[in-house]
Amino acid sequence: MIAVQELTKYYGLTPAISRLTFEVKKGEIVGFLGPNGAGKTTTLKILAGFLPPTSGKAHINGHDCVTESLAVRRSLGYLPETAPLYTELTVSQFLLFAARAKGVECKDEQAEVGRVAQACGLEEVRGMLISSLSKGYRQRVGLAQALLNSPPLLILDEPTIGLDPAQIVEIRQLIKELSGDHTVVLSSHILPEVSQLCQRVIIINKGQIVASDTPENLSRQLGQGSRLKLEVQGPVPEIIAALRGLPAVKEVVSLGEAHFLVESETDLELRPEIARLVVARGWDLLGLQSQEFTLEEVFLNLVTEEEA
Amino acid sequence: MSGVSAVLRKELTIYFATPIFYLMGFFFLLVEGFLFFFIYFSYFQTARFQVAQNPQMASMLDPFQVVFRSFFEDLGFILLLLTPMLTMRLLAEEKRAGTAELLFTYPLPDWAVILGKFLAALVVFATFLVFTVCYPLIFAFLTKMDWGQVAAGYVGVLLLGGACLALGLFASSLTPNQIIAAMSTFALLLVFWLIGAQQDVGTAWGGTLASLSLREHLPNLAKGVIDTKDLLFYLCFAYFFLFLTKRQLESRRWRA
Repeated sequence: MIAVQELTKYYGLTPAISRLTFEVKKGEIVGFLGPNGAGKTTTLKILAGFLPPTSGKAHINGHDCVTESLAVRRSLGYLPETAPLYTELTVSQFLLFAARAKGVECKDEQAEVGRVAQACGLEEVRGMLISSLSKGYRQRVGLAQALLNSPPLLILDEPTIGLDPAQIVEIRQLIKELSGDHTVVLSSHILPEVSQLCQRVIIINKGQIVASDTPENLSRQLGQGSRLKLEVQGPVPEIIAALRGLPAVKEVVSLGEAHFLVESETDLELRPEIARLVVARGWDLLGLQSQEFTLEEVFLNLVTEEEA
Repeated sequence: MSGVSAVLRKELTIYFATPIFYLMGFFFLLVEGFLFFFIYFSYFQTARFQVAQNPQMASMLDPFQVVFRSFFEDLGFILLLLTPMLTMRLLAEEKRAGTAELLFTYPLPDWAVILGKFLAALVVFATFLVFTVCYPLIFAFLTKMDWGQVAAGYVGVLLLGGACLALGLFASSLTPNQIIAAMSTFALLLVFWLIGAQQDVGTAWGGTLASLSLREHLPNLAKGVIDTKDLLFYLCFAYFFLFLTKRQLESRRWRA
């Protein structure tokens, strides 16, 4: 569906993205993850045919995003960052314009607008001016226009920003329902969102891809070793010293109130050994729990490693 | 073609939904009404009074030549002030508000966007003109009118309007700032209005420059003479600036 090769974009002398290469298959939901200014929006703008790349190629459905822009644009629905809209128009007027611009047949346009308005929960505001809508509703109008004419590819730049928690759940559900028939590329800096929604995550930092895999694989591979949360009553410095003395323990952090975080270098099961140690020393073992690395930590790891 | 009509309908909805259309329509008609009644009409009354005293002059008194020639020519000058207000928003606001990102990622060819916006401005302009038809109608009660001459005058003003709007659309494509778009439109129109003044000085270039002037081509049409030279000038002028606008929009794609 999408094939990107060595994509590079400079703003003046500053590279926004450099030599990005990735592919997205039909029906996939792919999430772009990265800190602010990482190049997510730039990449999506190039894919949508709005910005030309400095060098490199981007193909959608075999059409070049620069030279065959019109063919590319026919097969895509795009929600730009901050969802810019014609604030002088009402929701219905705007969606009708978008439907016509996307080439929806004259006789189907009302039905098509009705369909997306219902899907995005816009029915009660259809007659209102966009300028009087809240941020959440505007975001939904932006999403609705992207869905018009059911394009095979959806490019959504931060689709859930500005929505309240209930709406976020609704919109995520909507995006999930779209997968299968539609290919979805979305960007976000909300990590749980990406890990819930996407089958694949592309983590991008300073214009380069630092990782690309399923959310589960990323948590597993990149959070090397395992972590334990330990609750022990006893003298803190001695406990730390004793735990550090164990083989394979990399780091022990006191979290206060008898809580400790133990990081090991390998995937070896440390729990029995720690339990024995604590009991042998005569301390009270209150809790022992293994912890997975969250995507958030993986992300921070990757991003800070890059900087180091 | 459906793309053109989509853009045209959207632009018209915005024009008719914003106060700028009604404000401009109001002031345009106010100025026209003032000019018509207090200047041409009183002039016509005076002339008629003189004719009544001097019957042999009666054959020379043609209401069209007396009143409507200057009516159409002054309309041209008012256009100069009007068009920047009509066109400044068209592309500049899309860039400023970020809606350009929507508009240019819809499957619309650039020419459809340009033509839709241009036609919308022209329709609004024509709407203003339709209201001025009341003046010839009022005159028709007082004296015999030559409607062919009136029609030629309106064709001339509409063509001049098209040329000015195309220039304004181009200026609007250059900047995300509406004020800058309006000011550069006004400055450019003024240049093309005054460029013919060289003729009076009588330099070698005077004639050439004069034929490039927007003003030079109106009097013929305002007199009721439809000359292909004048028609072609306005059409080429409009086409040239629409073409530049298209090039300017395209540059977004290669200016990496």
